[in-house]
Amino acid sequence: MSERSEITLKVNGQLHAIRVEPRRTLVDAIREECGQTGTHIGCEHGVCGACTVLVDGEPVRSCLMFAVQAQGKDIRTVEGLANGEELNPLQRAFMEHHALQCGFCTPGFLMLVTGVLEREPDISDEDLVDVLASNLCRCTGYQNIVKAVRAAAADMRRR
Amino acid sequence: MNRPTKGSGPAWVGRAIRRLEDPALLAGGGRFTADLPAAHRVRFVRSPVAAGRIKAISRPDGAFIVTAAELAAVNPVVPALHKFGYVPVAQPVLACGFVRYVGEPIAAVVAPSEAEAEDIAEAMSVDIAEAAPVIDARAALADGAPLVHAQAARNLVVEGKIETPGFAAVQAAAHRRVTIELRSRRQNATPLEARAGHATFDLASGRVTLTCATQMPHLMRTAIADLIGMPEGELRVIAPDVGGGFGQKMSLVPEYVVLVWLARTLRSSVAWTEDRRENLVASFHSRDQYIRLNGAFTAEAKIVALSAEVIANVGAYSCYPTTCAVEPLMAMAELPGPYDLQAYACVARGVLTNTCPMAPYRGVSRPVITMALERLMDVTAVQFGLEPAEIRRRNLIEKFPYTSATGLVFDAGTYRQTLDMAVAALDLPAFRRRQQQARSQGCYLGIGFATFSERTGYGTPAFAARGMAVTPGWETVELTIDPSGCVEVRTGASPHGQGLRTTLAQLVADELGLAPDRIKVVHGDTDRAPYGWGTFASRSLVIAGGASVLAARKVHAKLVKIASHLLEAAADDIVLADGVARVAGTDRALPIEALARAAYHQVHLFKGEIDPGISETATYDPPGTFSNACHAGIVAVDVETGRVTVEKFVVAEDAGRLVNPLIVDGQILGGVAQGIGNALLEEIVYDDTGNVLTATLADFLPPTSREIPPIELLHLQTLNGMTITQAKGLGEGGAIGAPAAIINAVNDALAPFGVSINEIPATPRRIRAALRQARKKLV
Repeated sequence: MSERSEITLKVNGQLHAIRVEPRRTLVDAIREECGQTGTHIGCEHGVCGACTVLVDGEPVRSCLMFAVQAQGKDIRTVEGLANGEELNPLQRAFMEHHALQCGFCTPGFLMLVTGVLEREPDISDEDLVDVLASNLCRCTGYQNIVKAVRAAAADMRRR
Repeated sequence: MNRPTKGSGPAWVGRAIRRLEDPALLAGGGRFTADLPAAHRVRFVRSPVAAGRIKAISRPDGAFIVTAAELAAVNPVVPALHKFGYVPVAQPVLACGFVRYVGEPIAAVVAPSEAEAEDIAEAMSVDIAEAAPVIDARAALADGAPLVHAQAARNLVVEGKIETPGFAAVQAAAHRRVTIELRSRRQNATPLEARAGHATFDLASGRVTLTCATQMPHLMRTAIADLIGMPEGELRVIAPDVGGGFGQKMSLVPEYVVLVWLARTLRSSVAWTEDRRENLVASFHSRDQYIRLNGAFTAEAKIVALSAEVIANVGAYSCYPTTCAVEPLMAMAELPGPYDLQAYACVARGVLTNTCPMAPYRGVSRPVITMALERLMDVTAVQFGLEPAEIRRRNLIEKFPYTSATGLVFDAGTYRQTLDMAVAALDLPAFRRRQQQARSQGCYLGIGFATFSERTGYGTPAFAARGMAVTPGWETVELTIDPSGCVEVRTGASPHGQGLRTTLAQLVADELGLAPDRIKVVHGDTDRAPYGWGTFASRSLVIAGGASVLAARKVHAKLVKIASHLLEAAADDIVLADGVARVAGTDRALPIEALARAAYHQVHLFKGEIDPGISETATYDPPGTFSNACHAGIVAVDVETGRVTVEKFVVAEDAGRLVNPLIVDGQILGGVAQGIGNALLEEIVYDDTGNVLTATLADFLPPTSREIPPIELLHLQTLNGMTITQAKGLGEGGAIGAPAAIINAVNDALAPFGVSINEIPATPRRIRAALRQARKKLV
């Protein structure tokens, strides 16, 4: 359809030199050109949040951003959270509180929360519920996600 | 994994251990269908109109496009049912001659990338001579309505009828009769992962592997092989990580048939990932029902007779394997609910319309019929001046086993106890005082209850009784220990979020004296798991769990035999615990690995008394059982805006033994959230021409964390011996009870206005309309 541009995406610290059409969304580029399939696609219209990644520290719906717009930015995805085999405190809290079932929305929630807690470590419980309302989960009914995130936030504050 | 202290009871069953599934899913290591690379991508061109004759399909130059013409050798899907006047209707995998709903696939565009396939699809045009569609089920039954399929007169595809002997006399003699009409609007199960399929051809073996987001891999293999006319052995179906299903991924997906055909034809790999719009418009819908109930009560508010008319809008085709009769017939069989009631009459119809086909969704008909029956109870309670809890106490079944008017046998449950627990948890008297105070300040609070049964874990006879041509029910488990001592539990159940790898491992761990993380549960691969039925109908833990325990007991017996030879001790003296076989009371012991190695490599030691290897198979086909629960919620209704806020929700339930309380709670919480969405938010809306107006997640509204209140869970565990594990199913209960409790609470809140809202979802628009209507009446 149109010319492909050569761009470099930095995903979890690693540089990927890729060729994409201008219309290529960031999520497609992350998943296909960069091969990081942990980020999922749920609606492609910016509502469900399954594709949430961090771009320069901010949670972004990667289905609503073009790959070319992310050139030169620092992109973080779910694959970058654990330290090797060792899950980070947020991931562990999700496991501890059974905050995932099918696991499809989970990477989006983890990235949303990571971005929010880095920016606002003392976020109130009420505000947290509002923030979590950015993303959809169809399995858990949210209660355990809220619990897990509160526990992780408290844990991070103690550290 | 922490080792539990081995006491007299089970060591692992009953413990809230963390899920074995989680680490990979949390690290981005899940493997979903859309993650697979493919040489070709498929875009389906879908009907933009609800009814019409296809005149021409344009084919852009050089494009590879498949239509019904290319698929002439592929059979249409014709689900069968041998009862209730069911009229078989055929669904071609791509529309052939006619289109019958908006979104029906007409052509498959094949291109190297999704973007290119979409470009080609965009450039195509389909010339359709439009016909008048019929969208509403009651309109479809009317004389002169357009027929969706010529062979189904009045668009009636199935009609169940029942009337118990002497019904009319009991009804006529009753003290009071109460009639209500109810409407459940159309739902979409909306798993976060939409449907997806990937088919690849292996040149060496000539086999196709279909990886797809399905709940029933083995049945997909059989169905697709049948339709294409290929030997079933040439098809392997894999359900990898599946991103939720809730029933929507249970039925045969015609698009997957096209993918397998393409992989065979192109001798290559092809993939299709459904987008959200396709999912909302053209996957499967559910719960589109009209119900009219007439309850006959004694002067003591005891129900003595119930008559019901059920009309289910089943859409344009019938789903495989359950058929579209699943909603109306389940409604007919289970409408009397958990109440002591022997006089019953029902007519339940499935009606074809020019809308997306209906298929099972968590709870199937029960969220709707529970809503209907529980509204009847509340409406009647108001007429008798009773508390909702009181009318239920007077009517709930108490003596077990209880045989219902439709012949269902209820095993021992705790219907009244769970009601009392929910009443206590919400402190009903205190709530009534708070409600009065709030009303005086113009704030409208309401409380609602729903008591219900959840029929679960039923085997083959239950499906056979429905006259189904395909009777799922049993499940087989193959349990092997390889020479290295690695334990594998292979099952045809196919979980997609339920944590079955963890719970089956817990069950087997107790039987074999091993930690659950030593046990690998293998599922979702027709090459590796024995033939089975998949995960649906709250069956997997009960049935695959039962089969796992039976297989593990056989393996246990074999391990003991091997150990008795190797340790030169009597079999009765061998104890399996903590991964070793020990001669009781001594330090003579061998690890399981040593027994396994000997079973393969040192068979001569057994002098022909033990067969080589460790591999045992067991099948379980249970009679079925009933879980029970009471759901109760408190809501606040803003009468100016019609907005409903759920303040609190309580579930008191009894599903027998809880194998893993953490997973149990997760299932209930998720179900309740779906039920709240069902009651207040979610609706697939069609316009008069058959176009779906709710084609994005900004229009069809699953609840967010903001809409879900704190949910309190209370458990009873009746162990009544109805299942091998003493566990009953509970995957659907959350979604079954919540809509009824919420809609009852909304009506309780609005009692001062004299309105009755018997339609879900109770959206702000509907609540405002009801209030305006009520005020008009007052004037």
